[in-house]
Amino acid sequence: MAYSEKLIDHYENPRNVGSMDKNETSVGTGLVGAPACGDVMKLQIKVTPEGIIEDAKFKTFGCGSAIASSSLITEWVKGKSLDEAGAIQNSQIAQELALPPVKIHCSILAEDAIKAAISDYKTKNGAADVDAAE
Amino acid sequence: MQRVKKRVTLPDKRVSEEAFKMNELKAKPIYLDYQATTPTDPRVVEAMLPYFTEKFGNPHSRNHSFGWEAEDAVEVARGQVAKIIGASAKEIIFTSGATESNNLALKGVMKFYGKKKPHLITVVTEHKCVLDSARHLEQEGYKVTYLGVKENGLIDLEELKAAITDETALVSIMGVNNEIGVIQPLKEIGEICRERKVFFHTDCAQAVGKIDLDVDDMKIDLMSISGHKIYGPKGIGALYVRRRPRVRVIAQITGGGQERGMRSGTLPTPLIVGLGKACDILSNEMAEENARIEKLRDYTLQRFRDRLEDIYVNGDEHARVSGNLNISFAYVEGESLLMDIKNIAVSSGSACTSASLEPSYVLRALGVDEELAHTSLRIGIGRYTTKEELDEAVDAICTAVERLREMSPLWEMAQEGIDIKSIEWAEH
Repeated sequence: MAYSEKLIDHYENPRNVGSMDKNETSVGTGLVGAPACGDVMKLQIKVTPEGIIEDAKFKTFGCGSAIASSSLITEWVKGKSLDEAGAIQNSQIAQELALPPVKIHCSILAEDAIKAAISDYKTKNGAADVDAAE
Repeated sequence: MQRVKKRVTLPDKRVSEEAFKMNELKAKPIYLDYQATTPTDPRVVEAMLPYFTEKFGNPHSRNHSFGWEAEDAVEVARGQVAKIIGASAKEIIFTSGATESNNLALKGVMKFYGKKKPHLITVVTEHKCVLDSARHLEQEGYKVTYLGVKENGLIDLEELKAAITDETALVSIMGVNNEIGVIQPLKEIGEICRERKVFFHTDCAQAVGKIDLDVDDMKIDLMSISGHKIYGPKGIGALYVRRRPRVRVIAQITGGGQERGMRSGTLPTPLIVGLGKACDILSNEMAEENARIEKLRDYTLQRFRDRLEDIYVNGDEHARVSGNLNISFAYVEGESLLMDIKNIAVSSGSACTSASLEPSYVLRALGVDEELAHTSLRIGIGRYTTKEELDEAVDAICTAVERLREMSPLWEMAQEGIDIKSIEWAEH
């Protein structure tokens, strides 16, 4: 399959690979996908008391597109507020990496992963009620 | 004569020199995909060349020397193909390849005998061209039984016995599986079929030259053969069709009635000469070649096992051909692994490498977990593979697996002792 240079760069030199302590209250963890489907993404964010994402880490089991999508989104969310990060659309990721149509689900997974991480952070920090009321 | 030879070899040399320089600049790619196809042996090419130029006659031209010359060459090749499977030359029908042979065997036999015996038996791990022929027959009203396989990829002979009925015309079971290289018990299957008076067809595209085949000893009635899997040219294959007791097939390609009416069309003399030569080489060299390849295969597997944990060989480790190594590298998805080892040509059972986005149906049929099916690589070792190439490939693959495992949340969980199966994953 012909991949874009950006995608290959993210695959070969993935940004922000790693893990944070998921028990820390400032850390939100999202784990999405399924091994049987061939892709699992773990995305973690570290959030300041002001609600800004100061760090992001990922680990991904999946194809090159899945690895590149998660690498890209960790770059994008750093320095953003939770609302800004939660507003990232999968189509932006797909466009940036020029994902072929059969790989669009990788970008959807990345969007799901950041949303799951934000929701985990909010739950941990007592903001779940606010979310539910929205 | 000499001038023709010169004209043929000179441009050839220039092209290969250029290709060589290109390879010098890049890293030289390593070919480990011998189940997909094989390079044509230079001795085969050499045998073929005159039949493109000087000896170009139509083997069906009955009234001049050009035709006779081509016909003679075709008949020599027919004998060479027959010899490697213990058949007689008259029982060999040339086709465009194993796909056509399989189509002709299944559709041809079922359509001839189907009125009285409309039942066909085959196996879920067959090549797509067998399974698809079976599906077409089903759509036309024939009955098909698909036998499952055991965890090692082999069929259960008792299951076969139980599946045969008075309405069964044909059993089609491949000799060697293309993905996992396991060898089905052909002789035992042949015995069962002959006893029940059912024809036995076997797709031996991956078996010829890899295991000893004898159509009489194994009681095989039809056998499909491919040229490009055995260092012959692409676009040529053969179907063995037994004469005693006679097997009848309805032609799928009709026309001038060539190949005893079973397959019309002008025979491609150069390709046939190539297939014959490829078989001839195997007749002389296969025992030695397979012993060498088996050593390389065992050495390679040992090197993987020395360096990596959590790797699994798919398919029976003993009842398998020497050139096939199919390994699941747990926690690392196959396509991402292939991307990391661009310089090494191998195949993967991962969904992401297939058009269907489904993991390998062969591995699934073995009961390999879907997550492990996604992590499989097929490493094919062949005639031109060297130990140095395998060393380089093992190093590259292991380095890639280690890098990707560091990046894999599943590997992390496994290291933390979390059972991946205990997690409720959201299937998507």
